[in-house]
Amino acid sequence: MSRRRRVREAALGYLLVLPALCVFAVFVFYPFAQNFRLALFQAPPFPGLPSRYVGLHQVGQVLTSSSFLESLVATVLFVVMVVPAGLLIGLLLAVAAHRRLRGMAVYRVIFSSTVVTSVAVSALVFGTLMDPVVGLLPWLGLNPSPPILQNTTWALPAIAVMAVWQFLGLSFIVMSAGLSSIPEEVLEAARVDGASERTVFWRVTVPLLSPTIFFGTVVATIYAFQTFGQVDILIGPTNAAFEHVNLLVYNILNTIEIARTTGQAAVLSIVLFLLTLGVTLLQLRLVERRVHYAQ
Amino acid sequence: MPSDAPPGRRARRLRLVVRYTLLTLGAVVVLGPLYLTVVNSLLPASALAQRPPPLFPVHPQWHDYAAAWSQGHLDVYLRNSAIQTGIIVAGQLVTSTLAAYAFAFLRFPLRRTLFVVFLATLMIPFEVTIVTNSTTVSDLGWYNTFAGLTVPFLATGFGTFLLRQAFLQIPRDLREAAALDGYGHLRFLVRVAVPLARPSLAALGVFSFLAAWNQYLWPLIVTGSGTNVRTVQIGLKLLEGTQLSHVDVVLAGTVIAVVPLLVLLVVFQKQLVRSLTGGAVK
Repeated sequence: MSRRRRVREAALGYLLVLPALCVFAVFVFYPFAQNFRLALFQAPPFPGLPSRYVGLHQVGQVLTSSSFLESLVATVLFVVMVVPAGLLIGLLLAVAAHRRLRGMAVYRVIFSSTVVTSVAVSALVFGTLMDPVVGLLPWLGLNPSPPILQNTTWALPAIAVMAVWQFLGLSFIVMSAGLSSIPEEVLEAARVDGASERTVFWRVTVPLLSPTIFFGTVVATIYAFQTFGQVDILIGPTNAAFEHVNLLVYNILNTIEIARTTGQAAVLSIVLFLLTLGVTLLQLRLVERRVHYAQ
Repeated sequence: MPSDAPPGRRARRLRLVVRYTLLTLGAVVVLGPLYLTVVNSLLPASALAQRPPPLFPVHPQWHDYAAAWSQGHLDVYLRNSAIQTGIIVAGQLVTSTLAAYAFAFLRFPLRRTLFVVFLATLMIPFEVTIVTNSTTVSDLGWYNTFAGLTVPFLATGFGTFLLRQAFLQIPRDLREAAALDGYGHLRFLVRVAVPLARPSLAALGVFSFLAAWNQYLWPLIVTGSGTNVRTVQIGLKLLEGTQLSHVDVVLAGTVIAVVPLLVLLVVFQKQLVRSLTGGAVK
């Protein structure tokens, strides 16, 4: 290939990559890096004044603040409530729908349906169902006082129910794809060897599904980390239960919009990044180890 | 069931009944909340507190839909969402196609490094970037504009990865044959590569549509007072905030917002599943 053609090909390559790269530079990498700089500066007491360099002082301040600790506790509890429930129900639905039977296509559409719902939709649907006046809870004999979405004990589980419901569609889709990647012959071989359906499920299906389950766990955890819309719509910062549902992203948002202390918001953002990164790396490690076992 | 049926068959039939019962129970759990929302939105306000709750609207009332549509400004918000989503989907398809083609078919220094840079964007959740992005957008004068709503999402590492995988499936010979026919890279991209990668493009398109339409955090930050660019998700939040006494109007708004997407799901289920399970499960 001539030198001139090589140069032209390279130039075209850069040109084609450029648009996406510009967007990433301005709206992904720059703001990401800015977090680490902003974390070291404290916002001025009045707008318009320059920020003050405070080094790691602000980082320590945020990490020991009661608002951050509340958020961390709420977020971790939330993950613990949402992830196992979301995955388990998704798996059950996928197993139930994993047969070639009449009407199964309809069930599949129904089970995946919540994947298209937004946080606002899930908030309004469940906000009404859980309403102390027009909702169904009092009729079902569940009538906590104060009402569930102002209740310091029950507000977080209520938000978790909405999140699990909204996550079911994705969970079902991922689990179904995992199930259909298991070769039918393997299951058939186990059955021929006299294994009961239950043994086949626990000893063959679940182990073969473990990469999917790991993947699902990461997706679910990241999804749970990013949840806040239902809290914003149904609870809000003036609610009595607020500090028990002040999920990390909501804390970041309010720190930017209400407190207007970008340095503190930057510290919280870094924490959110590290949590997400930790989960992702953990997943990679687990999958790697499994691959080693298989060899 | 005839009593003389062989026991194996009877057991099988019993298992079938159990399975359908479980499936239907699952369907009730998943669809129940949405179904009740539709029913409630059609009931007169006085029937909402009725117990047991009515499971079917005997005399459906449509005026709540009219109220949500006009007083709740859902007509404007839906239009805004359509514009915002359209820009993001088109933008992501174009930028991803171009970059993916470069990564799959062109040779240039730093290609591998740049690809890693693209993948690195997947490790940074959008939530982590909002502190500075909100300042950037107001500095650019993009607060409360479609530019502010959409430009940060005009590229996607995931989409580029998905399309690069599709382009790599295209045999090299095809490119060489096309080159002999005098096809330059751009013509080959438009005439050959894009048509061959159509399933992946469709999957990316449906995925982008869903993600853009359902965005909540960013529209909340960059849309302000006035209805000019506010999206339907934020509209729903405002409906809840201002019309609390009219639960049925809120519910009608919710139904209006979710129906287009349910239609999308039914039509494009295959593409959606493909994109959601893309890299992880073959």
